[in-house]
Amino acid sequence: MARHTSARRTDAPANAATEVVAGSPGALALDRVIHERTRLAIVSALAVNDELSFNDLKHLLDLTDGNLSVHARKLEEAGYVACAKGFEGRIPRTLYRLTAEGRRALEAYLGHMEALIRATRAG
Amino acid sequence: MQPLRRPDPDPPPTALHEHAAEQLAFIRDAMERAGTFTAVPGWGAVAMGGSALVASAAAALQPSRAQWLAIWVLELGVAVGIGVTAMLRKLRAERSLQARKPLRRFLLAFLPPIWVGALLTVPLYRSDRAELLPAAWLLSYGAAVVSGGAFSVRPVPAMGLAFMALGTVALAAAPAAGDLLLAIGFGGIHIVGGWFVARRYGG
Repeated sequence: MARHTSARRTDAPANAATEVVAGSPGALALDRVIHERTRLAIVSALAVNDELSFNDLKHLLDLTDGNLSVHARKLEEAGYVACAKGFEGRIPRTLYRLTAEGRRALEAYLGHMEALIRATRAG
Repeated sequence: MQPLRRPDPDPPPTALHEHAAEQLAFIRDAMERAGTFTAVPGWGAVAMGGSALVASAAAALQPSRAQWLAIWVLELGVAVGIGVTAMLRKLRAERSLQARKPLRRFLLAFLPPIWVGALLTVPLYRSDRAELLPAAWLLSYGAAVVSGGAFSVRPVPAMGLAFMALGTVALAAAPAAGDLLLAIGFGGIHIVGGWFVARRYGG
């Protein structure tokens, strides 16, 4: 039986995880949680899959166990990723899926990147 | 499964819009590579297995080779319809329009062995060697699943190897065993493998 852990939120306010890009067109606020490339890759991979196991993500992203754990935990704490721990036979299995909040965050991030490019072209 | 490019730990400074473009390309690349996980719809394979079981039972009852072949050609059309519909439904459900590239890669690897199997059918049937068709179909389909499965989740190429193993058995088996072997292959392997993919990788 899988044990689902709901994504925990950090105590910090939501906008604490964002940064304003100084001098950028429209002073866009970037989501620092997603901006980091390893976390961005995790979120992107989960965006096109219902769920992925820890091992699938590790092989796909070519990450070490420790590195993946750290970044997945940060995404979980931000509420972007939900984690379910369980067993397949006697083998422990950890499954990750993107939450609705995580999908919104990725879409917002994509929007920011596209806006930056559009603004540069227009300017 | 190919790993994604490792992020450069200390990238040189770039203009903001260039960095944005790089990030978008990185996201697209990550989605395309991860999209290979779901190129094969598990429940679609289960449905294809079900239709193959019906076809093998119907084919075994046919009085002539021509009618037997007609049943399997019909089954091919049904299976293609199920597979394509299930794949499109899954892609839509996941909103993975970004998965077009891995899907194209999968199809480019999958279709040539299928074409070989289809071409072999004609001379084997015309030369009255139709008893070899189950082996030819299982081997060519297995080769297609192995090569296409290189861009998909690990159980898929394993399924392909199972088809090829069964095809090898079919080469040595008595002609009367053809329908049984086709039922085990296109029915059983599809159902078991599809169920596993669906349960483990979602749909």
